[in-house]
Amino acid sequence: MSPAPTTNPAYCSRTAAFLAGFRAAWGAALAYVVIGTYIGIAALARDFGFDLWWAAASTLLVWAAPAQVILVSALGTGGGAVETALAVGVSSARLLPMVMSLLPLIRGPQTSHRALILPAHLTAVSVWIEALRLLQSVPRERHVPFVNGLGVGFMAAAQAGTVAGYYLAGSLPPVLSAGLLFLTPISFLISTTRNCRLMSDWLALAFGIVLGPLLAALHLGLDLLWTGIVGGSLAYAIHRLRETLK
Amino acid sequence: MSELYAYLLLLLVGFLPTEIWRMLGFVAAHGIADETELFLWGRSVATAVLAGVIAKLILFPPEALASVPLVIRLGAIGCGFLAFLAVRRSVLAGVATGEVVLIVGALAHGI
Repeated sequence: MSPAPTTNPAYCSRTAAFLAGFRAAWGAALAYVVIGTYIGIAALARDFGFDLWWAAASTLLVWAAPAQVILVSALGTGGGAVETALAVGVSSARLLPMVMSLLPLIRGPQTSHRALILPAHLTAVSVWIEALRLLQSVPRERHVPFVNGLGVGFMAAAQAGTVAGYYLAGSLPPVLSAGLLFLTPISFLISTTRNCRLMSDWLALAFGIVLGPLLAALHLGLDLLWTGIVGGSLAYAIHRLRETLK
Repeated sequence: MSELYAYLLLLLVGFLPTEIWRMLGFVAAHGIADETELFLWGRSVATAVLAGVIAKLILFPPEALASVPLVIRLGAIGCGFLAFLAVRRSVLAGVATGEVVLIVGALAHGI
């Protein structure tokens, strides 16, 4: 297969490729799930007493919806800093394999290490899914600006959701506030389910759903951390055992 | 919580524990393959934590959502999930259905 020459005007310059990525983000259905998810997160942040600038900064810096939900709910309910950091860290571990499997796809022979720092920071579930889907139709030398555009596009959607959710949460009738807060658990449950491929994924989801509230109700402390370690290891072990017995 | 302290917590408790994984991924991108055993375990742990967060948000929700009875919250999650499975695994269909059930249920309950 010979590489196609860069004739498509959408990729004629780095700026054009960045804008093509930005537009691709807003053209994806996921952008609207991201907006909805961040409306829910901002409403949650406001509910727990954080201001808008803090919420927007957390979207910019953390850029991982599950981690932000843990951060806001744990700090908001007076959770300890170390416990919160551990729970956030455990929930974000999935970013490692995502970044690891995305960067080799976007770097070319000429790409410097420094040019990959921004794509690494922008990597999130939404960006990862759309990058894997769209990159094959983008010329290799434009992959970095395209993914940067995609990431900035999704982050812009998230910030729009953050601002909207923050202002809507206080002024809406109670039924709509409830609806906004409900967006976070339902969109996470459904997008996590959609990402389930192996038996270990399905088991981890089921164990987490049971263990999370159970350990929280027992007031053992570090309940999310134990949910992850116990539920996740059990799911992985069963998966491994089944693969070995096959 | 003072304002400065809230931002300090954001950096130390939110940003650092998340960004470290991205930077490790950045380093690992040089050689290691995806889908190795260690990452499979890590993904299981992350999925279980996330599932725990979801279940806690539904069972012990923040104030505005807590006013909706548990049965309606669970019904909405169930209907949303079924819609997601029925409509070609569409996230939007699932979320929209769940939201409609929750809001209609809450209104019927007089909220």
